[in-house]
Amino acid sequence: MSSVDRRLLMDRSVAGRRAVTVPEPDVPLTPLPDASLLRDDLQLPEVTEGEVVRYFSLLSQLNFSIDTQYYPLGSCTMKYNPKLNDEMASLPGFSEIHPLQRDHTVQGALQILHELQDMLGEITGLPSVSVDPLAGAQGEFAGLLIARAFHEDRDEGEQRNVALIPDSAHGTNPASAAMAGLEVVTVPSDEHGNVSVEDLRNLADKRTAVFMLTIPNTVGLFEPNILEITKIIHDAGGLVYADGANLNALLGLAKLGYLGFDIAHSNLHKTFSTPHGGGGPGSGPVLVTDELAKYLPTPVVGEVDGKFSLVSPERTVGRLNGFQGSFGIVVRAYTYIRLMGLEGIKAIARNAIINANYIQSQLKDDFDVAYDRYCMHETVMSARRQKANGVSALDVAKRLIDYGIHPPTMYFPLIVPEALMIEPTETESKETLDAFIAVMKTIAAEAQESPELLHSAPHHAANTRLDEATAARKPILRGSDEAAD
Amino acid sequence: MTPDDRKYSKEHEWARVDGNVATVGITKFAAESLGDVVFVDLPEVGSTIEQFNKFGEIESVKAVSDLFSPVSGTITERNDSAIDDPETVNKSPYDEGWLLKIELSTLSGLDDLMSAGAYDQLTAEEG
Repeated sequence: MSSVDRRLLMDRSVAGRRAVTVPEPDVPLTPLPDASLLRDDLQLPEVTEGEVVRYFSLLSQLNFSIDTQYYPLGSCTMKYNPKLNDEMASLPGFSEIHPLQRDHTVQGALQILHELQDMLGEITGLPSVSVDPLAGAQGEFAGLLIARAFHEDRDEGEQRNVALIPDSAHGTNPASAAMAGLEVVTVPSDEHGNVSVEDLRNLADKRTAVFMLTIPNTVGLFEPNILEITKIIHDAGGLVYADGANLNALLGLAKLGYLGFDIAHSNLHKTFSTPHGGGGPGSGPVLVTDELAKYLPTPVVGEVDGKFSLVSPERTVGRLNGFQGSFGIVVRAYTYIRLMGLEGIKAIARNAIINANYIQSQLKDDFDVAYDRYCMHETVMSARRQKANGVSALDVAKRLIDYGIHPPTMYFPLIVPEALMIEPTETESKETLDAFIAVMKTIAAEAQESPELLHSAPHHAANTRLDEATAARKPILRGSDEAAD
Repeated sequence: MTPDDRKYSKEHEWARVDGNVATVGITKFAAESLGDVVFVDLPEVGSTIEQFNKFGEIESVKAVSDLFSPVSGTITERNDSAIDDPETVNKSPYDEGWLLKIELSTLSGLDDLMSAGAYDQLTAEEG
């Protein structure tokens, strides 16, 4: 890769070159209302079409993607995304409409939104849905605003200002709760990786607004006490929120509504096979019980006599973004659910679970398992053993790149030291899993015999070990000009 | 062992006072909880800081955490080798991994810090 031309597009610019010749206008010219708004000092790259194509094709080859390699990134559900999803989203009836068009001109698009609301409601047992939120964290934020509005309507808005959140939670949970104006109180996990029911019972009281729980939880385990947990919170007068990051493991097997959850979000970009991991945008519909439907973010799509329209729920918490959510993503998720059908939906969860348990069973002699019990769709292992020999989870992850495999999620959840969170997803074959297992065993042996090899990995990637912390804190955003400063 | 030649804060920083200058760092418990440190952000020499207020950030492979000063005063020296090689904080939190030297504006705040024994008890409870 060293001979590859790594210059940015800006640095390839040669004055006077151009990629396209703009055709003469075929409509009458209209002067701009304020021509001073136009800037002429922008440095834009001047390159030919061929140079542009080569540049972006090169970048795509340097990239790591689910279309090229195995991607067992825990908690992210990097499953294969069927190409039919993209084909449907590209249909002109979806791709060439504008969100401000009047409802009667976009009935098909509104119908898709409406049917997806219904399908997500059916799958989760939380029947009232807004697909407005643009990502998981925005879905969380919306859900928490709904919880607050619910308590305010019962004159308990000031009193109930605490969000209970397990110590294993995604960092977005406490962040969303703080943004929604709630005080975060941490609930410990027990020695089996479950929520400590005793601690939860002591913490749940008249200040509890909501308990946020990822299910299966972030160590990839189903909470066996879930019915007791939701009852404790309801008895205390609080609501229970499901972070749907791990919904893939429940599809067709368990409904959040039946487990006692009141509010949830679903990451369409994880569970329902739409692009993410740098390729988004995301989509995080918020789902609630019928009782909470009146608080949903606006708009939702309603239907009367076969006519679809955008409506605003009676006590809506408001609008979260400019228009109707990530519509192109909604079309992809809709396509995927229709493609899978009821039986297919059940097969997703079953295959995801068996794949993760297969990996766990095959690697438990080589790496520590955080909690030695059957997992759901992902397994949290630990490089604790390797750490004793100076090899960290980071080293293991970087070495995987040398073998053409995307690193797993590392150092999360925080309660597991040297965590390696592996989520194979349902779309991988046994051959791929076996190849991954063989590589992990090789790396475990290397960690014993030649730890230096791991410290300096990756050796074969386009970029080797990067100083990620400095890159994030002191980014160079403008190419060579700034780099030269 | 937690050195008993210095004082400790609830936020897991230590201060070793020599005359009217305190050397400040994070405890071994903090360094181990954070995991491998990858970035340390410290204020400039000459700036003043207040006891228990934030003075910088420390980033590990797991998380970014704020650093809180165990004492009040003016920074007279900072440990650039900890900035250049953040692993120093993991390897030697009580010696080479020190972060700042601070000329104390008052000695009274030291009474609000813990002894090594009291700090060990705190970390045993936090597990």
